[in-house]
Amino acid sequence: MSTFWIILTACLASSACALVGSFLVLRKQAMLGDAISHAVLPGIAIAFLLTASRNTFPMLIGAGAFGLLTVYLTEKLQLRGRLMNDASMGIVFTTLFAIGVIIITMFASQVDLDQECILYGEIAYVPWDLWIFNGMNMGPRPVWILGFVLMLNLLFIVSCYKELKIYAFDRQLAVSMGIPIMLIHYGLMGSVSFSTIAAFESVGAILVVALIVVPPATAYLLTRRLSHLLMLAVFFGILSSISGYYLAYWTNSSIAGAIAVMTGVYFGLALFFSPVDGILAKKYRRKQNTGKGPYEGPGLELRTKQTINI
Amino acid sequence: MSELFTDFFLLQDPNVRWVLAGTILLGLSAGALGCFAVLRERALVGDAVAHAVLPGVCLAFIFTGDKDPLALLIGSVIFGWISLVVMDFIIRNSKISADTSIGMVLSVFFGLGVVLLTYIQSSGNVNQSGLDAFLFGNAASMLPEDVMLFGFVSLMVLVVIIAMYKELKLVSFDSSYAKVIGYPLKRMEFLIATLLVVTITAGLQAVGVVLMASMLIIPAAAARYWTDSLRVMLFVAAFVGGISAISGSFVSYAAPSMPTGPWMVVSAAFIFTLSFFFAPARGETRKWIKRLNQKQKIRRENILKTLYGLNEADGKEEKVRTLQEIIKKRRMEKKTLKRGLSELEKSGMIEHYRGRPDGFVLTETGRVEARRIVRLHRLWELYLTEKLEIAGDHVHDDAESMEHVITPEIEAQLLKILENPESDPHDEKIPY
Repeated sequence: MSTFWIILTACLASSACALVGSFLVLRKQAMLGDAISHAVLPGIAIAFLLTASRNTFPMLIGAGAFGLLTVYLTEKLQLRGRLMNDASMGIVFTTLFAIGVIIITMFASQVDLDQECILYGEIAYVPWDLWIFNGMNMGPRPVWILGFVLMLNLLFIVSCYKELKIYAFDRQLAVSMGIPIMLIHYGLMGSVSFSTIAAFESVGAILVVALIVVPPATAYLLTRRLSHLLMLAVFFGILSSISGYYLAYWTNSSIAGAIAVMTGVYFGLALFFSPVDGILAKKYRRKQNTGKGPYEGPGLELRTKQTINI
Repeated sequence: MSELFTDFFLLQDPNVRWVLAGTILLGLSAGALGCFAVLRERALVGDAVAHAVLPGVCLAFIFTGDKDPLALLIGSVIFGWISLVVMDFIIRNSKISADTSIGMVLSVFFGLGVVLLTYIQSSGNVNQSGLDAFLFGNAASMLPEDVMLFGFVSLMVLVVIIAMYKELKLVSFDSSYAKVIGYPLKRMEFLIATLLVVTITAGLQAVGVVLMASMLIIPAAAARYWTDSLRVMLFVAAFVGGISAISGSFVSYAAPSMPTGPWMVVSAAFIFTLSFFFAPARGETRKWIKRLNQKQKIRRENILKTLYGLNEADGKEEKVRTLQEIIKKRRMEKKTLKRGLSELEKSGMIEHYRGRPDGFVLTETGRVEARRIVRLHRLWELYLTEKLEIAGDHVHDDAESMEHVITPEIEAQLLKILENPESDPHDEKIPY
């Protein structure tokens, strides 16, 4: 039974993260997931101290507030401080994380929360974290929380699908069409914060990043339709959760870590073997076309190449 | 408290000496190196590398069965390198954007590291305790041999930066130009990457995975507000890094339960905030003062122009103009008008007659200045209608703002282009 609960928790977490992560990847803001997942730490710690309990609702509020604060400060700093987006993000989230660590160590005696648990979580304890409602055993608490956040994300995406789509691909067009872009933007950021905090308890802050970024990136290589992308991202999230669990079981190691590794494995496969954008497919197409006339199909798009050379 | 200070800064405790030496070296080298990362828009790459070295640390431990600092360093440098290569490979060979690639490498490599770490922990090797110092950093537990290694690495980084300063500068600001003039760009990038990976790995033990990135980013970003020169920026960033290291170490010395790394970061962030607001070169306060000065100048010039306009309308240059007259001609707040008038009086542009009627008159200098502003306004209107063929009734607003910014050089050019005109598009005389 405990295997079932663990896998269910992982699947719910990865689905919730994959849904919002798809938009972050499309908007080229993937590192925002990393930033938010670290920056919510002081929010969690403060909520913890104020309520003196591991109650989820105040923690969600605290984390949500600090998640939005991160987004807001990053944007302000970029605008007013003439800094690059990545530098301002790096300043904001590492500072908030450091403050969170300090708060936790300051009240270490009162806080049953340690930084290791926040960084890489412990999903194996999920089956024992039960929610007792009216004396009735309702099953593991994280399942309920993650289920709730997943529903919230689904509701947001379904009800604002068209707006989100335009916002993800063409911000200018969205503005000119009169779509309340700030509302959509902060709504999405709020969803990212909620998903992060709901998932962090079980998978930890950094592995949340894996769930947010990698499955959508994998799906991005396999399709060119937003609806398919969302579904594929959820599919790869779930697939990674299940195979990750068995990898961890087999090697006797961290489940969350193994799930992250599996997301990477699927991405690697898609990178090479995707029929749409895979390296091999592109190579094959190029070979097919040598010696023929000008080719104008996919695979030879002229685009500016970004590179990382540090 | 003062006792704590003297104990700390006189370095009585040998342990303090090592910790302080280690963290200061880290602050100096990370601060200086961070300048290149921030200028090259690669700030978060450092974050990814810091996370990605974890599997290297674990594998080195698995192979040697020991926490030999050199072995761990080599293991993590190798993985830092692999992570950079993978990031670059993904970006080059797919439509995945840079930030996504960074995020993926960061989390998947870290996940692998966590898997290996938990594998080691469950394998029951007694030496493994303390490996997670790499995750969160534990400066207080630094041993002399750690600091030696660290010092060597930092020294190497600083020497390379000094020796290759010119090349690094060129690559940071204009890599395409560097390529065109035949610089070995690939080799330079290899060099910067190696420096980055080595510094990050060495720093992990002091501040941990998450906060290592901030020691690269924050001092460099803070330094940016103090100067426009790369040379100065490097020194300021290294200085900020060093100061943060000292204050972080001091806090954790004064309150032993406090972690060094987070306090280093918070100190650096504090210095960043101060720089952001108060740095003389590019700080917010300075910008604010500049803007205020400009606003006051525009206000003064508008008042002069209004007085000139009143004089021009009835031809009485010596007539005293009351507040009401001025406001009637040009609507503005009474309070701001009074402030502007008193500024003008101080600079000798106008005189205040406190009789009946109570009012103001342009002095000779004031008249020259007012003529200049009106001249610029009308010249610009004429330029817009004559040369840019904009309708005469559309040019006033543009001229209202241009009159405050046209320099004497531009004025001379305008006069030349328009051949010293007599009157503007509204048939008003251009005063010389």
